[in-house]
Amino acid sequence: MSLDKATVRSIAELARIEVAEDELDHLAGELSNILTFVEQLAQVDTEGVAPMTSVVAMSLPMREDAVTDGHQAEAVLANAPEAQDGFFTVPKVVE
Amino acid sequence: MAYLIAGETGDWEVVIGLEVHAQVISKAKLFSGAATDFGAEPNDQVSFVDAGFPGMLPVINRVCVEQAVKTGLGLQAAINPTSVFARKNYFYADLPQGYQISQYELPIIGNGVLLIDMNDGTTRPIGIERLHLEQDAGKSMHDQHPTKSFIDLNRSGVALMEIVSKPDLRSPEEAGAYLTKLRSILRYLGTCDGNMQEGSMRCDANVSVRPPGSTELRTRCEIKNVNSIRFVQQAIEYEARRHIEVYESGGTIAQETRLFDSGKGITRSMRSKEHAHDYRYFPDPDLLPLVLDPAMVERIRLTLPELPDEKKERFMRDYALNAYDAGVLVAEQSSASFFETVAKGRDAKAAANLVMGDFFAALNASGKTIDDPPVSAANLGKLLDLTADGTLSGRLAKDVFALMVETGKAPDVLVEERGLKQVTDTGAIEAAIDAVMAANPDKVAEVRSGKDKLLGWFVGQVMKQTQGKANPGVVNDLLAKKMQG
Repeated sequence: MSLDKATVRSIAELARIEVAEDELDHLAGELSNILTFVEQLAQVDTEGVAPMTSVVAMSLPMREDAVTDGHQAEAVLANAPEAQDGFFTVPKVVE
Repeated sequence: MAYLIAGETGDWEVVIGLEVHAQVISKAKLFSGAATDFGAEPNDQVSFVDAGFPGMLPVINRVCVEQAVKTGLGLQAAINPTSVFARKNYFYADLPQGYQISQYELPIIGNGVLLIDMNDGTTRPIGIERLHLEQDAGKSMHDQHPTKSFIDLNRSGVALMEIVSKPDLRSPEEAGAYLTKLRSILRYLGTCDGNMQEGSMRCDANVSVRPPGSTELRTRCEIKNVNSIRFVQQAIEYEARRHIEVYESGGTIAQETRLFDSGKGITRSMRSKEHAHDYRYFPDPDLLPLVLDPAMVERIRLTLPELPDEKKERFMRDYALNAYDAGVLVAEQSSASFFETVAKGRDAKAAANLVMGDFFAALNASGKTIDDPPVSAANLGKLLDLTADGTLSGRLAKDVFALMVETGKAPDVLVEERGLKQVTDTGAIEAAIDAVMAANPDKVAEVRSGKDKLLGWFVGQVMKQTQGKANPGVVNDLLAKKMQG
């Protein structure tokens, strides 16, 4: 599978990664190569095999419904670029 | 009667599907041990998992899984033995992970059904497409500062059930009935408190239109996060009319996300969500597949309460109530059990009339809830007994009820204290009639000359003389006799 420039531009935007216009061709080539490499898996006959979502044959371990965490607003906010009155603050995002 | 909207070129049918986000009742969050209580100090109920710190791993809360299974059973839905968590990727300031852990291809609950109750007493089945578990996002506040938004992550990571209906709804009224019924079932099950004002139940509506009789599904628009049933209905109607106008003027509808402006009663495009439908879901590598133990599902099945539909049927059967009355009484578990206490061993129809009439009116006026009612169920029952044994007339019963609301006293105590017993003693009533007739000879003559309508006036006067305590039936009988004689 090969990706065109427009698709790469859109993927970059969705991932919030700034990609210069003159890098798009190069990236399209690299990403296409990766996809082609992975697509080799499609050659394996998977008829009747359930899709695998994990490489370990285990199911999800569960926790009990108990409050064991929290009450650490200071620690949560410690690395925030900006905070005020116990809130994170960010440039205004409003509809 | 099908709901159709008349356009310039003809009638249109409305096709609606609803996505409801219901906050799961649990102590801790879906994947962390932070608390879920509403109204805490900002960022107080936040673990490093909820804040999306690097290296933190999610561990699922067993009770949240059980609540989803319980809800699935209540919706008569397929319980999927294996389900998978996926990452839904998007950027927003109140989503610190940069993705929401949700379920995509393999949700925990599959197809189910919900019966909606219409105002005319009929019901209609609405398909449930799926129910999946996911994390809630944090809360953004935009009105605290001129140039900044404030973010509180207390809600971040709280468990939600997203319950998706099939596009089976055909009118705003049906959409309202669906939400009312879903909320009622969730409350019966104790899996969500259904409080739309506090945001623990939120609704997105998918709306499209088509010519009546057509089976096509045209492009739909999604109206996000509408926070009351009435607003959902208004938003649907507005949006359907907008589609019709666009189609009739030769335009096309673009699939998009819209917001409902409740002040103006309109929907408008949400520009920031233009790319929002490209969520690039993939299975979350931090979480193994969720496998349900069949024994657990069976254990939960045994804990299901009698649900609204079953209760409604039983009320119609055991108390001979009509579908509408039974539907109103079972909407809330507490009002159903209140009614049953009043009706036990008594005339069920009279009990239903009293509870749904005077009692509900007094309840609304008092601003109290049925768990702390202005008049107890036991006292309402006694009031019915006093009416049934002839101690109180219907009119006196109304007066006593008003006094019960005012004083909180039992009806038998009030009757005793205030001497409100109905007078059926014919001697006393006869004396009162004689007095009224003697004082109004001209009116007596008019009645005797055929002016029957005046009889009502005489009854009123006699009731006044006896302070409303005379048995109206006895008054009528005696008065008629005396007028003839």
